[in-house]
Amino acid sequence: MIRTILIVYVLIIIATVSILGFRGDKTRKEPLYLFPDMDRQSKFHPQGENPFYDNKMDDRLPVINTIPRGNELELAVVFSEDYSAEDLLNVELQTGRDAAGEWATDFPIDVTRDVIEMGKVKYDIFCAVCHGLAGNGQSVVTSKGLPAANLLLQNFIDQPHGEIYNTIAYGKNLMGAYGDKLSPEERWAVVLYVRALQRANQGTMEDVPDGMKRELGI
Amino acid sequence: MSNIFPKVANKVPGWIMLGISLKVLAIVAAIYYYMTPSYTRAGYQPVQPVPFDHSLHVGQVGLDCRYCHSFVDRSEHSNVPSTNTCMNCHEVIQKDSPKLAPVWESHRSGEPIEWVKIHKTPDYVYFNHSVHVNRGISCVHCHGNVDEMEVVWHDKSLSMAFCLECHRNPEQFIRPVEDVYDLKWEPTQEWLETGAAEFVHNYKVLPPESCSGCHR
Repeated sequence: MIRTILIVYVLIIIATVSILGFRGDKTRKEPLYLFPDMDRQSKFHPQGENPFYDNKMDDRLPVINTIPRGNELELAVVFSEDYSAEDLLNVELQTGRDAAGEWATDFPIDVTRDVIEMGKVKYDIFCAVCHGLAGNGQSVVTSKGLPAANLLLQNFIDQPHGEIYNTIAYGKNLMGAYGDKLSPEERWAVVLYVRALQRANQGTMEDVPDGMKRELGI
Repeated sequence: MSNIFPKVANKVPGWIMLGISLKVLAIVAAIYYYMTPSYTRAGYQPVQPVPFDHSLHVGQVGLDCRYCHSFVDRSEHSNVPSTNTCMNCHEVIQKDSPKLAPVWESHRSGEPIEWVKIHKTPDYVYFNHSVHVNRGISCVHCHGNVDEMEVVWHDKSLSMAFCLECHRNPEQFIRPVEDVYDLKWEPTQEWLETGAAEFVHNYKVLPPESCSGCHR
């Protein structure tokens, strides 16, 4: 009698485990919410679905012929009477062209070591994938058949800063636009880092400080 | 008067007690094991409309997380890339692959690709990606080694206990900000001994433990 009960007990455990499996087992079934509480509320999420619109996208594009009033979190600041979005009104910063409509030849941002470092971070994420870490147009992606420019060539050295900025923002030939991923300041930082790569590639022995020569073994 | 109960009846209360405890034990164990997010959520691996392979794009191509999830360091929401991000390369590379058909469809029509969301926090949890990645909490802590996954699955429980484990002892999980996106990073002995605690102090990492820190 007791033996039978124990056997049934063990069998029930085995049955449960074999039906329900173990923690972390891969499943295609959507997670079960045992206590749904207010886990799923009737509100819209970033990149969520919204049946109201034709393409069912919750996120909307900016209304045509409008410009954003900045990304300040404080609404009181954005909609204050004397609000001036200096960055947005800075044509060179935004478009890479100077007042006359020519490609900008100077930087509308402060050129500092920090900015170059930031440019390097962004370059390594977004540009190095195709143009290579050194900017020479050699990368895994180019080996798979997507040609990328060798940024160290003379014609890119000769390009005005603004033209490179424009290429980053809007793309060129096969290259897609990166304006959606990089803010204007970040694009300029990348331009600056590209300049640093070009300069580094043209370096000669005279550029190496005396103190560094021994360290580098030359 | 003869005995009503046989002698074996003396043992019955003991057996009953043992039976009840075994039953309670089994039920408690089953609830603990099966009714917590470690079981209900971890392991969820839905079929995506495009069989995007993270291990290939990170391991072979060497993409940084932020190439596609480009706003993770600036926004509460870590974005799924828009179609044009895929098209930056796939307009040329593997363009005829049937796996990419939904991407081309989306590219031509402008309709979004309907990716299946795997990691869902409850709607009353206000999790902010940017504050975590900018203070040395790596993707890998909550999402597992996505860089090695062919098909992404829900790796960690993401229960409240999971959050609090780290919020109570950030120095055990934190890493230098520049290594946040290096999912294979391993802490050095020096980092574990002094670096992490210094980081927590210098960056003023004060993870909230009060309800309103995450629930609003």
